[in-house]
Amino acid sequence: MTPSPRPILSIDGAVKRFGKTVAVDGISLDIRENEFFALLGPSGCGKTTLLRMIAGFETPSAGRILLDGADISPLPPEKRPLNLMFQSYALFPHMSVRQNLGYGLEMEGLPKAEIARRVDAMLATTDLSALADRKPDQLSGGQKQRVALARALIKRPKVLLLDEPLGALDKKLREKMQLELKRLQHEVGTTFIIVTHDQEEALVMADRLAILKDGKVLQCGGPEEIYERPANRFVANFIGVMNFIEGSIEGGVFRAGGQAIEADTSGLATGRPATLAIRPENIAVHSAGNGFAGEVVDIAYHGLDRQLYVRTGLCDTPLQVRVPASNGAFAVGATVSLGFAPAHCRLFQD
Amino acid sequence: MTHRASHPNLLVLPAVAWLVVFMLIPCLMVLFYAFLTRGIYGGVDYIFTFENLARVFDPLYAKIFLTSARIAGLATLLAILIAYPAAYAICLAPKKWQPVLLFFAVLPFWSNYLIRTYAWIVLLNREGLVNNLLKSLGYTGEPLSLLYSEGAVITGLVYNYLPFVILAIYSSLSRLNPELLEASRDLGANALTTFWRVTLRLTMPGIAAGGVFIFVLSIGNFVTPAVLGGGRFQMIGNVVYDQFLTANDWPFGAALGMALIVIMIVLLLLQARLTAHFAGERREANDGA
Repeated sequence: MTPSPRPILSIDGAVKRFGKTVAVDGISLDIRENEFFALLGPSGCGKTTLLRMIAGFETPSAGRILLDGADISPLPPEKRPLNLMFQSYALFPHMSVRQNLGYGLEMEGLPKAEIARRVDAMLATTDLSALADRKPDQLSGGQKQRVALARALIKRPKVLLLDEPLGALDKKLREKMQLELKRLQHEVGTTFIIVTHDQEEALVMADRLAILKDGKVLQCGGPEEIYERPANRFVANFIGVMNFIEGSIEGGVFRAGGQAIEADTSGLATGRPATLAIRPENIAVHSAGNGFAGEVVDIAYHGLDRQLYVRTGLCDTPLQVRVPASNGAFAVGATVSLGFAPAHCRLFQD
Repeated sequence: MTHRASHPNLLVLPAVAWLVVFMLIPCLMVLFYAFLTRGIYGGVDYIFTFENLARVFDPLYAKIFLTSARIAGLATLLAILIAYPAAYAICLAPKKWQPVLLFFAVLPFWSNYLIRTYAWIVLLNREGLVNNLLKSLGYTGEPLSLLYSEGAVITGLVYNYLPFVILAIYSSLSRLNPELLEASRDLGANALTTFWRVTLRLTMPGIAAGGVFIFVLSIGNFVTPAVLGGGRFQMIGNVVYDQFLTANDWPFGAALGMALIVIMIVLLLLQARLTAHFAGERREANDGA
């Protein structure tokens, strides 16, 4: 299902103040129907507060939240046609899996037979049928996570909000559940908004993501766009691994450590400091050549690839360079020549 | 610390010794006395009999047991109805104020039980504060007979044991994961339904702990009925008291006492079962709290 451009949820200048602290500082975002949207940022960036405002647990200090064009800000949580999957899962401990799933439908006043039918269907979809009569404390972390998801999805929300849904799971299970979540999202055809601090998770799952810092959106776009063309230094640093080379623009050319590096300098102020950012996989490394000379000071083997740490005259910290694991040509102490493709060099002046 | 592994066993010794000497042995003595014959001038004659236990089930005493249970039951109900909102309000207060509020809730407890009970005489007698207040407000011409009634006894019991009930319910409420209440709202339940289906249900162990506490202490109480009941009607505690100190029938007093102990043990076992039943849920409720 390709996301349609129609916005289902619009956040319009949302502000949330707690006393003197501003948790959400004027955020505007359009979330499109059926898309998987991620709110990504470090802890304290306001992403959870924003999610809780959408769910109705926090009242915006200013701004509006529109669902299908209607302002839902004045509605209490139980009146909003969207559901939240809690970070702690918040399963009712005194109810079985089946009762947990049925709770939300009971609140809609549906007939018993209808509830039973929909619960059974949801149990099957989420592969929980065998656990239907268990209590939450008889479930593993991954099973609880699925119950929490099923309990929210069964309400057929227009938007499903997920607060760090995979945060409590171990790495293997996380990766499995990332794909599982995407599959479910396609299957039920609902808009998902996920809050996470894990940039890898956001890149893998989201159709689009917004990077938040200090209550503001720094960049919003698709994973590739954000990875390839980060809007500023913070985003560049937060997403993936990035090398930063401090220098300055002189005569329309970026210079660092007395050497010029070819990059697009259009729109940058000349005679002022600038930072060049380049990803480890975009640095070419040769044993000899006319690139930037460096010395391998450390090598980290990651299985799939090797991370070389190369000291150069360009900056104080060694540059990280990624080469395929099969490439065992370089040893610690070897002198190498590095090449930066100009298209992959990004300059920031902030 | 491994070489000290045996110490914990030694550390409980004083407490165990205390319990054996001052709790277990006296209880066994009471049990033993219940099967003996009364001495003519008090004390016991060592002649084995079931007669005392049979008398416990005499309609006369059965009725007093029922009266005691009713009074204790009403006191329990009233205490829970007062304590729950109080504990809830304390839980809703800012974290730093909660210990202060709890301190005030428990404050009356630091004064003497008897003095606190006598204070109610000052409040409830015909010339007391309550009657004067009602008169000055014009609600009543004649002073009401508030004192020396079942109502006065229940009031005294509730007043004296309320702090414990508040503490028990507070501890249960404060351990509730607030996200459970939000989840309930999120799934479409309003505040009232959420309270009924989630909050109340998950704080049952606290209600049970506080409830059993006040019930057990009330049903066997003899000070409050003596002071505020004015001897007009008897609770089982008063009968036990009379058997030992007035009627000089120690074996029968012991038999009645045994009956009270059995009631207490049954209730405590029920409460333990209930708490165990909820234990897993409480653990779950704590996750991520």
